[in-house]
Amino acid sequence: MSEYHCPGCGYSYDEAVGDDHEGYPPGMRFADLPDDFVCPSCSVRYKEDFVDVPQKDI
Amino acid sequence: MPTYSIENDDHTVVTYVDKKRWFWLLSLVNPLIPFVGIAGHYSTGNPQWLLLPLVLMFGMGPILDWMFGKDENNPPEVLVPQLEKDRYYRILTYLTVPLHFIMFFACAIWVGTQSLPLWGFLALTIAVGFADGFAINTGHELGHKRTKLETWLAKIVLSVPAYGHFWIEHNRGHHRDVATPEDPASARMGESIYKFARREIPGAFHRAWMIEHQRLCRKEVPVWSWHNEVLQSYMMTAVMQIGLIATFGWIMIPFLIIHNFFSWWVLTSANYIEHYGLLREKQENRKYERCQPHHSWNANHIVSNLLLFHLQRHSDHHANPTRRYQSLRHFDDLPQLPVGYYGMYIIAYIPALWFKILDARLLALPHIQGDLSKVNIDPEKRSKIYAKYGSANV
Repeated sequence: MSEYHCPGCGYSYDEAVGDDHEGYPPGMRFADLPDDFVCPSCSVRYKEDFVDVPQKDI
Repeated sequence: MPTYSIENDDHTVVTYVDKKRWFWLLSLVNPLIPFVGIAGHYSTGNPQWLLLPLVLMFGMGPILDWMFGKDENNPPEVLVPQLEKDRYYRILTYLTVPLHFIMFFACAIWVGTQSLPLWGFLALTIAVGFADGFAINTGHELGHKRTKLETWLAKIVLSVPAYGHFWIEHNRGHHRDVATPEDPASARMGESIYKFARREIPGAFHRAWMIEHQRLCRKEVPVWSWHNEVLQSYMMTAVMQIGLIATFGWIMIPFLIIHNFFSWWVLTSANYIEHYGLLREKQENRKYERCQPHHSWNANHIVSNLLLFHLQRHSDHHANPTRRYQSLRHFDDLPQLPVGYYGMYIIAYIPALWFKILDARLLALPHIQGDLSKVNIDPEKRSKIYAKYGSANV
């Protein structure tokens, strides 16, 4: 499970959590989001712009 | 006045004082303008006072912009986090929300209880319609923020102009499609505001509904439910407007129709001028290039920027939509409008004058330099525009 950040506005998509508001359930892989996915917060950045953030140690 | 400061790694200290701080109180003026007409009518008994709000709305902005000129001041980037944390600025946006409700109900009560001449009724109704059009501007500033309070305040204030779909349409539709032929909220070269309105108003509603429909389908929630964020705001509108009709009778029907139309018209006017003719290029992957600063028109006129929460620093807004209004920046060499939005509205309402001023300015932009392939053109005007400007050196 990874976390992906929008480089423009800081929105983050955590695969473990998903995004309930947008209808993406916990465990949904970032790669499985629609190809036309744009940042739900700023709508400026495309899916391919998102940056994979290494998972923190627990 | 607070001084923001930070010490850099090299021990130099950066400080900043927002000289506009108290002038941002002007942003509370828009919702209150119709009050001048009611107060004058109440105190003198002369209904001619009801004409004053319209005179102020159309005259005050351009005249004050002309008197006080432009402001190119930017806060130091390193201090923007402090500026954005200062709650004073967001309290002003919160305060405009009840003001729109108070003014809307005050005007409705005045129309519903006073015997007004037809012209007085129309003047006050159109004035409060325009004033509540600026509720969409407040909803715009609040709706871009990620706190639950601000998101809800956006939905609440958008219920006054009966434009509850704006929050979704603007954030998820317009910002995604801006400056493309697919965007109903980006005007095309050769398109008058009257033609644009017929594309923008239904197109924006349709796009908002489709975006929300897709979201709710993903969540497996019924579209016709309280979870529908388009309907949430419209439910509040329905309660208010049906309540007014039940209380004051049929006079509220023309009042509400005219009020709602002119509120929407304010947004149409802003949308029309913000991206007129500007076009994002398509990349090899068939997606449009990311929105760049040169895909928006800007104005640095200080008074209209104070009245509109810096809406006219539009390039920075589209590049950084979640940035708060007090932090939006001016940049050199961006598309600049000749006057502030209030003056541009009047120019837009006279299409021949608009085309004369804006078409030349559009084609002279550094990234266009007369190249019509880089312009968002009305397809019905394409041949005429190519005949006029195709080989022109503007």
